[in-house]
Amino acid sequence: MTTRTEPRQSRTFSREVNSEIRRAAATGIYDIRGGGAKRRVPHFDDLLFLGASVSRYPLEGYREKCATDVTLGTRFAKKPIELKIPVTIAGMSFGSLSAQAKEALGRGATLAGTSTTTGDGGMTEEERGHSEKLVYQYLPSRYGMNPDDLRRADAIEIVVGQGAKPGGGGMLLGQKITERVAGMRDLPQGIDQRSACRHPDCTGPDDLEIKILELREITGWEKPIYVKIGGARPYYDTALAVKAGADVVVLDGMQGGTAATQDVFIEHVGQPTLACIRPAVAALQDLGMHREVQLIVSGGIRSGADVAKALALGADAVSIGTAALIALGDNDPKYEEEYRALGTTHGAYDDWHEGRDPAGITTQDPTLAARLDPVAAGRRLRNYLAVLTLECQTLARACGKSHVHNLEPEDLCALTLEAAAMAQVPLAGTDWYPGKPGF
Amino acid sequence: MPILDMSQTDLREVNRSLQTAAQSRANDSYVIENPRGSHAVAVGLDGPLEVTVKGSTGYYCAGMNKEARIHVEGSAGPGVAENMMSGEVTIDGDASQYAGATGRGGLLNIRGNASSRCGISMKGIDIVVHGNIGHMSAFMAQKGNLVVLGDAGDALGDSLYEARLFVRGSVKSLGADCVEKEMRAEHLGFLSEILARTGANAKPDEFRRYGSARRLYNFNIDHADEY
Repeated sequence: MTTRTEPRQSRTFSREVNSEIRRAAATGIYDIRGGGAKRRVPHFDDLLFLGASVSRYPLEGYREKCATDVTLGTRFAKKPIELKIPVTIAGMSFGSLSAQAKEALGRGATLAGTSTTTGDGGMTEEERGHSEKLVYQYLPSRYGMNPDDLRRADAIEIVVGQGAKPGGGGMLLGQKITERVAGMRDLPQGIDQRSACRHPDCTGPDDLEIKILELREITGWEKPIYVKIGGARPYYDTALAVKAGADVVVLDGMQGGTAATQDVFIEHVGQPTLACIRPAVAALQDLGMHREVQLIVSGGIRSGADVAKALALGADAVSIGTAALIALGDNDPKYEEEYRALGTTHGAYDDWHEGRDPAGITTQDPTLAARLDPVAAGRRLRNYLAVLTLECQTLARACGKSHVHNLEPEDLCALTLEAAAMAQVPLAGTDWYPGKPGF
Repeated sequence: MPILDMSQTDLREVNRSLQTAAQSRANDSYVIENPRGSHAVAVGLDGPLEVTVKGSTGYYCAGMNKEARIHVEGSAGPGVAENMMSGEVTIDGDASQYAGATGRGGLLNIRGNASSRCGISMKGIDIVVHGNIGHMSAFMAQKGNLVVLGDAGDALGDSLYEARLFVRGSVKSLGADCVEKEMRAEHLGFLSEILARTGANAKPDEFRRYGSARRLYNFNIDHADEY
């Protein structure tokens, strides 16, 4: 009998890679999907809090106060946004999401004392009516843009880029373009609707400064103006946003989700969230603007630990998108049979652009959308936000902080060299990180 | 007639005065003197108001206008009447880039030339340019009408949706999915009305109409060479 080696799969041409080659060969088109990067990248899991010890004094859990409030827009806006917690809901469009999902996001955020954000498609009554604090996105497509909604907003977020696709636009496929979605976007029903990758009437930081001036003049200098950037060149992009006059910089790393774009874009463009924070904070510090211009970090925030680590690295708040959808009910195992019918499984479903979401969230199909009870889903989101906050407070107290904003890089160590280099905190067991001055 | 002199009054006060007057719906008339190329002049007006600007303006003059009639007795910088909802904006001189960008309604009447990307992503506005327009005009234009008495630059109407383009002079080149279309009676009627309304010295039958071939409305890999 001949002795044979075990069949050996290639790590280069893995089964997953081969399946994509076969899919490409069969269809002639790149893969489009929702969600953010799925590849393993250095992340908050690669950091640990040190906690208190002889040299640090902890606060008593359940007894001593650890505040979580955050004020956004203190630089120029007459009416900054006051939030109870440092976790906000990221921009997601009506069109990509159902009206029920937008309402649920508003309900959950309001119950938790935080803000939610419109998306590429305008402001709906559902979300305005159910969101005590609503950030109105000003996007390159300007779908649905109008001065009345600008004035009804609590803040304005100029979207320059997003983490899933810095430098890229988007596409809402025709099957999700109902009569209502089409009407809000001034386009015919059923056609693919492109979201442009750059603004039609401003092309750089100098133009952006004048655009911000215009928006402030239209809204009487009342609203905080955010500038959202993808995780591309965080130091310079943050510095230029500040120079342009932003009140708040929203920094979205590559794990940040999207409704639909090319998989190759999601997985191969941009930097991990962890790698973006310190350069952005350095830009703010170099300009003397840290804490005066607030920094919101998004992209892969899942737990209170992630929140606390982002704050410790210098963020003022974080923003969640994908996690919020999961809290509402996205990718729930109870729909496993339907996910399998779609050729996927719960947890992996990412064809958000196709409008067939069994959970009724990323769809415009009225039957599917009706599955989502916005009241119950909003309650789930509120619960999840409460847990994020409690977890963040627990970690902050363990580090002796009476406010979550008092967390600092000195409270952290890194488990890997990569994380140590990106977060600029010492590798565990050492006092060194790659690039540390003096070494 | 109230006069706002921008050599003595700052932008915030000018816009606050105009916005308040527009919201009062009293059909007042204001004059702005010495605009000196200021940005964001007369933006966000929300009501019937006559504004005459005695000079040239910078970026985004008349941005997001609703109902007001704004007359610039000079030239306008980039993004004039951007995202206009309704009303009428007249520019006696030339307009820089992105004139009427994303405009959703109203009339933008440019008596001189307009630079590149005129009417980019327009969503219902009517734009009349008495002179020429630059390259990439009406890029991704969704709705509304762009009427050009002179010539159009390269890539007119690239990736056009449902906006209608009328050009009397030459078109250097058409953009992706933009084609010449038949001029029907309804189009001649529209031109007749808007040319008269804007005081344009031209006849409807001198124009050619361009619109979307609608071949790129739903993604098809066989059209990839178009981009």
